[in-house]
Amino acid sequence: MDIKNLTIISALEDLRSKKITAVDLVEACLENIRKHNQDYNVLLTVEDDDKLIKQAREADATDHSSPLSGIPIVVKDMFSTKNLRTTAASKVLENYTPKYESTVTRKLKEAGAIIIGKANQDAWAHGATGENSDFEPTRNAYDKTRVAGGSSSGSAVAVALGMCLAAIGTDTGGSIRVPASYNNLVGLKPTYGRVSRYGVVAMASSLDTMAHVTKNVTDSAHILNITAGADPYDATSIKTDPEDYLKSLTREDLKGVKIGLSPDFKMATLDKKLVKKIDESLKLFEKLGGKIIEVPLPHTPESVETYYILVPSEISSNLARYDGIRYGNGRSHFGAEAKRRIMIGTYSLSSGYYDAYYKAAQKVRTLIIKDFTSAFEHVDVIFAPVAPVLPYKIGEKVNDPLTLYLMDIYTSPVNLSGLPSLALPAGFVDDLPVGIQIIGPPLSESRLFSIGNAYEKQ
Amino acid sequence: MAKIQTLSTDEVKHVAKLANLSFDSEDLQKYLPQLSAILDFVGKLQEIDTKNIPATSQVTGLENIFREDEVDATRMLSQEDALSNAKETHNGFFKVPAIFE
Repeated sequence: MDIKNLTIISALEDLRSKKITAVDLVEACLENIRKHNQDYNVLLTVEDDDKLIKQAREADATDHSSPLSGIPIVVKDMFSTKNLRTTAASKVLENYTPKYESTVTRKLKEAGAIIIGKANQDAWAHGATGENSDFEPTRNAYDKTRVAGGSSSGSAVAVALGMCLAAIGTDTGGSIRVPASYNNLVGLKPTYGRVSRYGVVAMASSLDTMAHVTKNVTDSAHILNITAGADPYDATSIKTDPEDYLKSLTREDLKGVKIGLSPDFKMATLDKKLVKKIDESLKLFEKLGGKIIEVPLPHTPESVETYYILVPSEISSNLARYDGIRYGNGRSHFGAEAKRRIMIGTYSLSSGYYDAYYKAAQKVRTLIIKDFTSAFEHVDVIFAPVAPVLPYKIGEKVNDPLTLYLMDIYTSPVNLSGLPSLALPAGFVDDLPVGIQIIGPPLSESRLFSIGNAYEKQ
Repeated sequence: MAKIQTLSTDEVKHVAKLANLSFDSEDLQKYLPQLSAILDFVGKLQEIDTKNIPATSQVTGLENIFREDEVDATRMLSQEDALSNAKETHNGFFKVPAIFE
């Protein structure tokens, strides 16, 4: 079975017409795990073979009418999976086994999905390359010597290497969009609050979004149909009922669609090698009938500074609970990046510095949000690159945390504003995948899928 | 342009205490310049005029989300489950480091 050429939708068709079985799917995933997991450091925990086959057989005994019946999914190790080790890729949680289930994984299981295993990542989701894992960095599926992107590094590579048909991740500053783009996949960061955060290890509570990576836009819409919705266990979840996202995929062209391009997002920070490719992508939107309109986003150049005050501040609070007493190992087991961020956050929140750092950043956040709100009065979506550089060689920037922070220039403003964004493949440069993103106003996922689907078909 | 040493060793030790993290002197040598560089970088935000701008703490606009003060039995952890990940327990309790002499 060639699982690499299957999507969720095509697999469901084949399962329902009995062309394949769920056991076939699971065995194909396990085979790819056997072949690649050690080399690429993709999954930290794989569920027992026996349990997986049993689940697959149970699915095969049905008519596969459940929306994800028999579909193998990988889950980033930030999500609490009951009785399956959950580490957040940190030595602090190396031996932690949750006794409860996150809402997202519960919904996936109720839809019939088979959770194959837990994906490697930057520890605590701190990173844009995957190198901050406490358990070896995940390698890029297209080039073993390069980073996979982060922090949902294992999630993206698991899909690219055929270890599953889709993977769940998180996106707080680009953490699904970057690894999706670096592995030629589609990554959705939903509107903040659209998907429940219950049961997920918290990084920055006012930015964390539960996201996913898939092979195409249709699969992405299908997954969001399962994961989206209000949750009484997450007080920040949006109350509005989600629509059926699969219904949005009707566009054949982009006539009448206004696409914003910001000179402030400019290309000053974009690696020269990427400029041509990003331009080609933009021209494709135009060819489909989209109208490119310039919109200012004057405060986005300060996004990274704003992000690296607010996020470490929230991190310092969220990681305070890890005391090695009720669960996990002690605080000396935190890795270098976690320690850096806790320190920066604690400093920013401390007496004497709170106004100059934390409060100032909260105000700039307001300005960034206003920039986007104004822009969306004139355009339907905003086009932007995802990563400013091609994937670095593993280890290249490991002593340069600040340069790695700058990788978030195009992604972080989206999280600060709570907006949805869809990362789409844009082709290859030097044989390495490149992605672009389309950003929308709050709760515009259907619009993003509709436009993304038309673009993808080209 | 020379890097401004924003942080002193004493300041780092103070923040580490607040953060409940420990650094030995070798660590301090490693982290001090990194933290200084990062704080230097993010400190640039102070140059932006935000005088009459309100602070944003959340983006959903939701307010006062409460639930009924009722026990949800499906969300209860048994005592065994709650203790299952602790390194040290005693008679159904978590064991904590002594804080009194």
